[in-house]
Amino acid sequence: MTGGVRDKDRDAARDDTLRRFLLPIGAVIGLAIVVFGTAFLYDKNGAENLLAGIYQLLGNNAGATALRNGGGDQFVAKLVLAAMALLVGVGGVWLLYTGVSAVVGLLSLRKQQRIIPWVFVLPAITLLGIYLVYPTIATIYQSFTHGNNGAALANPLANYATLGTQDFPHVILNNVIWLVVATSGSVGLGLLIAGLVDRVKREALAKTFIFLPLAISLVGASVIWQFVYAYRPPGAPQYGLFNAIYTAAGGQPLDWVHTQPINTYLLIVIMVWLQTGFSMVILSAAIKGVSTEVVEAARLDGANERQLFFRVIVPMIKGSIITVATTVAIAVLKIFDIVYVMTGGRSGTDVIANRMYDEVFQFNQPGIGAALAVILLIAVLPVMYINLRNLRHQGVGA
Amino acid sequence: MTAPAQTVRTMAPRGPWRPAWLNRAPLRFAVIGICVIWFIPTLGLLVSSVRPGQDITVTGWWSALLNPFNLSQWTLNNYSQVINSDGMGNAFLNSLIVTIPSTVIPITMAAFAAYAFAWIRFPGRGILFTIVVGLLVVPIQMSLIPILQVYSQLHLQGTFLGIWLAHTAFGLPLAIFLLYNFISQLPKDLFESAAIDGASHFQVFTRIVLPLSVPALGAFAIFQFLWVWNDLLVALVFLGINSSVVVMPTALSLLVGSHQEQWHILTAGAFVTMLVPMVVFLILQRSFIRGLLAGSVKS
Repeated sequence: MTGGVRDKDRDAARDDTLRRFLLPIGAVIGLAIVVFGTAFLYDKNGAENLLAGIYQLLGNNAGATALRNGGGDQFVAKLVLAAMALLVGVGGVWLLYTGVSAVVGLLSLRKQQRIIPWVFVLPAITLLGIYLVYPTIATIYQSFTHGNNGAALANPLANYATLGTQDFPHVILNNVIWLVVATSGSVGLGLLIAGLVDRVKREALAKTFIFLPLAISLVGASVIWQFVYAYRPPGAPQYGLFNAIYTAAGGQPLDWVHTQPINTYLLIVIMVWLQTGFSMVILSAAIKGVSTEVVEAARLDGANERQLFFRVIVPMIKGSIITVATTVAIAVLKIFDIVYVMTGGRSGTDVIANRMYDEVFQFNQPGIGAALAVILLIAVLPVMYINLRNLRHQGVGA
Repeated sequence: MTAPAQTVRTMAPRGPWRPAWLNRAPLRFAVIGICVIWFIPTLGLLVSSVRPGQDITVTGWWSALLNPFNLSQWTLNNYSQVINSDGMGNAFLNSLIVTIPSTVIPITMAAFAAYAFAWIRFPGRGILFTIVVGLLVVPIQMSLIPILQVYSQLHLQGTFLGIWLAHTAFGLPLAIFLLYNFISQLPKDLFESAAIDGASHFQVFTRIVLPLSVPALGAFAIFQFLWVWNDLLVALVFLGINSSVVVMPTALSLLVGSHQEQWHILTAGAFVTMLVPMVVFLILQRSFIRGLLAGSVKS
């Protein structure tokens, strides 16, 4: 018995020594990796220089010189960079938390209790402050102060006044069309497909087909659909699916992407194609959550399948429908990639996010760009309000 | 054992008798039809990406499917061209360098923060968590201009470091929120008994919270991975189009501009960008769906 206790004491003592000495050393090493690694990654030619240094050590001077001059084994240099990226970005961050916690562990218990929460929370809060809170305030401010090329603005509302002129009302209207059509399209189709798929065998397989586009980037999806909408002059072979069908039905080939006003809707189709899977998956889970007793009761009351779906199931999953619609709407509001790739905003298809990119990076109008961003922010404010209200109801963070 | 099955069978048909498959036929055709419609655009891309360029402009991709065993109409040259001379191979490597840390760093930071928000009392906890939830819906567009101004001062534009930090920060609100929802639901007894044993918060976090949170961590990891891998806007603004750093969505959008109407190149390029997310997605579909459900049904 006594021997066991002494062993336990010794183990505890050894654990303590480990904690007291090894962990701070680990912390120092971790800090060194993060600092050195960050400096290395900050240097645009860091990987080339490091590899050149290694080559020089190994006596390969020609290879080293080539690397320093931007030639040589660039591929190997990239692999070195990737390895460093993983080491610093993944290992370094972990070591940092471990190390700092260990150092704090050396303090008195009272101080530990006070400091540890901040060790856990501060890195995230700092990044949020720098990358989201500060910029939001700065963007709002700049929308009132920055003019052409960033010059000072005489009238603080000039940028917003500009948004009433030129084609800006049309751009904003396009965003509204996107918001309404893309959201209702993908939620409506998602709901319908969820209801249909619920009743067939191999449900999972069918869902995969609808869901798969969600893995595809908006840029990739745009290329896919650009090919579907491809246009050749009359007489030439129509290899675009749309024109092939359209001409086979006796029509003249149409340059779909540049034909107003149908082109905006054709771009929206891409978004619906991508997002329907998301709506379907969540609404399908909600439908499965409706109790079988309710469904059976409705059937006994003589409801047919259509009535059952629209009069019983849909009202019961209204909450999920609203949540899905909100999530999709926020994604649609910021739509950029599809318009950027498909038309670049030409042919009357421009939307706020794409126009903002152009104003800031092509036309040197950061103030107008900021004002456009503020419009997007205002549009999501109701959702933000609801989220915060729900938070208070849950009593979280009180 | 057989009796209940028989009762069910005799009760099943209602109304005029028809074979079960006929009753179900319209529904089944509708579902198959929808699946086909959803798949055709991607199929067109896949088929075209393995056809020679001169064939694509002469006949539609569907005509190649009429005699698929005529092997002379298939080629992999498009892939070797986009991967080598059009730089998609290089962009693939860059995308990996961008995406992996941009996935792991925010999860790490968010898990620590979520644990503190859920299980440690400290002054300012409520207000800080409220800010995190408020930031959930703030559009990225609000950040672009001021961060770019800071980046050009610090020479962070066009560096991997710069884009990791940006993706990390943009992913944090959702990550903290999702992980908080999960971690705060863990049973209270776990933490009380750990506290009695004298475990520090760090030990509780690494030995209890992290192992139990693997499903939530995994779901968010897939989510963030797909988001970063497929992102165009953040990469375009903070990383740019220089070939040493360009990622795949940017590279593909450049290809669209430089190879207009050259569909053998564009389709192969698009498929290269889609490959990794599709594989990740098909393998980890269940986990991903679970994450989506946790993210939007609860909120």
